[in-house]
Amino acid sequence: MESASRLDKNHQLSLKELPYIVQWREDRCTRCGRCTAVCPMKSIEATVYTQRVVSSEGSSPEPKVSRRLTQVVRQVTDIDRYCIGCGTCTLVCPTDAIFPEYNFQHKLYHVKNKGGIPFMRGGRRNDPSQTTLDKLKFTRISMLTDPALDAGRHEFRIRTLLGRNLPAEQLPLTVEGGKLIATAGSFVPPVREIYPIRIGSMSIGALSPHMWEGLAMGITYLNEVEGLPVVMCSGEGGMPPSILKSRYMKYFILQIASGYFGWDEIIRALPDMIEDPAAIEIKYGQGAKPGDGGLLQAYKVLGLIAKIRGVPQFVDLASPPTHQTKYSIEEAVAKMIQSMSMAWGFRVPVYPKISGTKTARAVLNNLARNPYAAALCIDGEDGGTGAAYNVSMDKMGHPIASNIRDCYLDLVKQGKQNELPLIAAGGVGKGGNLAANAAALIMLGASAVDTGKYMMQAAAGCFGDEYNRCNVCNLGKCPRGITTQDPKLYRRLDPDKVAERVVEVFKAADTELKKIFAPLGRSTELPIGMSDALGVNDKEIADRLQISYVC
Amino acid sequence: MCRLSAITSSDYFSPMENIHALETMKEGHDGSGLGLMLKDMAGPFADYKQYPTMSAICSNKGLGMLEDYMKAQGFIEKFSWEPPIKNVPGVERREHYIAKVYDYPALYKDRPKAEQEDLLMHTRLALRLMGEPDGSLFVFSFYPDVLTLKEVGDPLQLGEFFGIEKSGIKSRIVLAQGRQNTNYAIYLYACHPFFIQGYATMTNGENTAFVPIREFLTGRGNEGYMGYNSDSEVFTHIMHYTNRTLGYPLPYYKDIITPMKDAEIEKRSDGAALRLLKKSLRPLCIDGPNCVIGFTPDGTVFMVQDSKKLRPGAVGGKNGKYALMSEVCGVDSAIPDRDRSTDIFPMKYDMVIIAPGAQEVQVWNQLHG
Repeated sequence: MESASRLDKNHQLSLKELPYIVQWREDRCTRCGRCTAVCPMKSIEATVYTQRVVSSEGSSPEPKVSRRLTQVVRQVTDIDRYCIGCGTCTLVCPTDAIFPEYNFQHKLYHVKNKGGIPFMRGGRRNDPSQTTLDKLKFTRISMLTDPALDAGRHEFRIRTLLGRNLPAEQLPLTVEGGKLIATAGSFVPPVREIYPIRIGSMSIGALSPHMWEGLAMGITYLNEVEGLPVVMCSGEGGMPPSILKSRYMKYFILQIASGYFGWDEIIRALPDMIEDPAAIEIKYGQGAKPGDGGLLQAYKVLGLIAKIRGVPQFVDLASPPTHQTKYSIEEAVAKMIQSMSMAWGFRVPVYPKISGTKTARAVLNNLARNPYAAALCIDGEDGGTGAAYNVSMDKMGHPIASNIRDCYLDLVKQGKQNELPLIAAGGVGKGGNLAANAAALIMLGASAVDTGKYMMQAAAGCFGDEYNRCNVCNLGKCPRGITTQDPKLYRRLDPDKVAERVVEVFKAADTELKKIFAPLGRSTELPIGMSDALGVNDKEIADRLQISYVC
Repeated sequence: MCRLSAITSSDYFSPMENIHALETMKEGHDGSGLGLMLKDMAGPFADYKQYPTMSAICSNKGLGMLEDYMKAQGFIEKFSWEPPIKNVPGVERREHYIAKVYDYPALYKDRPKAEQEDLLMHTRLALRLMGEPDGSLFVFSFYPDVLTLKEVGDPLQLGEFFGIEKSGIKSRIVLAQGRQNTNYAIYLYACHPFFIQGYATMTNGENTAFVPIREFLTGRGNEGYMGYNSDSEVFTHIMHYTNRTLGYPLPYYKDIITPMKDAEIEKRSDGAALRLLKKSLRPLCIDGPNCVIGFTPDGTVFMVQDSKKLRPGAVGGKNGKYALMSEVCGVDSAIPDRDRSTDIFPMKYDMVIIAPGAQEVQVWNQLHG
């Protein structure tokens, strides 16, 4: 048996255990040091090797061996500094001398629990396979029996309603002289007409100020210049008082979650608000990490965030898994919906958001009986998060497609599918198909969809993907400056460019939605529940979603 | 695509006029079926106007089932009619084509009209459910002074098959549809016109918003909102729901199936109501391509189209008689001696409404209300 002293690195990892192996080209590298300086994980470092050099100078071969010191870039194997594959090194390298390569044999999950602390990260479920949403196709094409519409020339009304729609039987209408007259003074629940793709809840603490500002500017431009009424949700953690008191407030959905972070400032701003928010979202769950509350790790709780949230700097802000006042949906949730409604004089739609779950139908059926519930947002397992345990992200939660379909069909049974809008979230645009995923969910029964991770990827170049690339949103080290509060990092991100991309993304999605709806012969109203348009070449999915099997 | 032929008149006329009009529009239908619906009848039904008439096709077994059921429910048969069938090549004859006039069960004789209508609908549906599994009984309508005839085949041949001229049946309103078979299996319950409690419509075109509309209607808690063997049946039920159940005046049908843009709604004096309707009845919005022609219980006849107007429609006539057709040649056939300069081609905001008696045509414009 060999002595332990000879295997002096036995308890160290080899590069093959790591998810990304850095490929470095010595011949190209100029040793400028940019890669090592920029690496968010300090996974690579400059070091010196002794190199054996064989040379021959005469007319006939006379090889001489010499040794010299050379500077190299080396990847470290410390699990706390593992290469996340973000590729920032590649981005800054002037000679294309370095890039991280995914290692399919990695054992990250086996070893990333040092100190007994399970692997935590940002991002979303690390499953790169094709999603159910991406498998769905639009197969009811209007052909010779009915003319398809022209996506370029027909008028399309791609809008949805956010809020409780009264059933026609309850509308305050009377017939006078052959005309319907709306009775003045009758209460009609507030309903907003919005664009059916929304930017889902990402807090101003989870996002950097530049990212948040870019999104906010983008949706403002979309509303005021492009005429697309896109709204975005604040996430938990409040909003800057300057925006709370501005005329732009109508483009934002304020979220209240179990930590109530930011709500001191919101309540203080309430008397000075000149516009109502688009809606209030009460977060009870998040698709990416069901059972967990929001989590803003101490690295990200810096000046502005601490101020908005009313907390000291550099402390972990963990929201409880559930609202502490809640013990039943019948009472506490109803009271919370009513309290929030009351705060804005019943002028603002108030709705809960839950994580995708087998119990979603029970929640839905309860809300269907609550006349103040304005919608139900269901966040599926492919949703993103700024910080969570890997096990929560990868193994907890419910896919959105069947969850939204079940809920919609339940509403159909009750005849309430138009009264209580369903908002689908979690994995919309995961494969890059934002409009197609949105349209599929709409045809399964959603009135609107939320997208968050896709927006970070599309509008700000987020490196994160389902091969666990980057995904260090939780550490405040985002190399793109998207999910960090470190000014050195977020100043890399130009909010104007983010805003420009947001506008481009929504304009492109709008065109794509038209290209989907036009051949289906739909343009006047959003084809909510138009399940006959959908097909899938997987019989089990088809049966489960009650759509056509096509092959 | 199907072809539609409706005539409303102050005088009684033969439904053969509609069939001849369909013949002129034959390029647009393939002769795969005919649906005829007569309202306000003369001829053999003249003496029974206040009594409900059941229109059905059945086998011997189905006929027995029908008679037993009606007897058990307390309906008293007052008159029974069968068209003088003449065998025609290409038309497969079924055992019975019947129209039976009943008096209400004693319990219902003095009930309010709405309750009587509910009984009639319930009875029709009960019989439909009994006869549908084995195809032994098809019931199309059960309502006072309304007769329905449907069969698979060429309209002109079917006119001969039913012996329409010989039978002497006449009415003041006739809806007729010449069928274009788009789904191969021809099923009698998929044939227009569709009927529910005095409302009837027939439609040209496919309804791309069919599934969400059907799901909305089936959730209204009305047992009559069923069937949907054709995507066009929803048009009848939308009319019934909005006009009868919700009590909205007739033109709001147009506002519901083709809601205007918000800026247009603002200009209407009833804009506040329209804004509410647009939200609450959002699932009833159609996207066409459709031309809908129908009548209401009081004998008003209408034509309306989708907001992109992807299906044609023409209305023409003279005092006392108007034709509402898919094509002008149909109007020419029905009322050749009219002033053609007054023909109406309803556009995307229009709803053509002709009151009973056919004295004038009202073109209701959605922009102005």
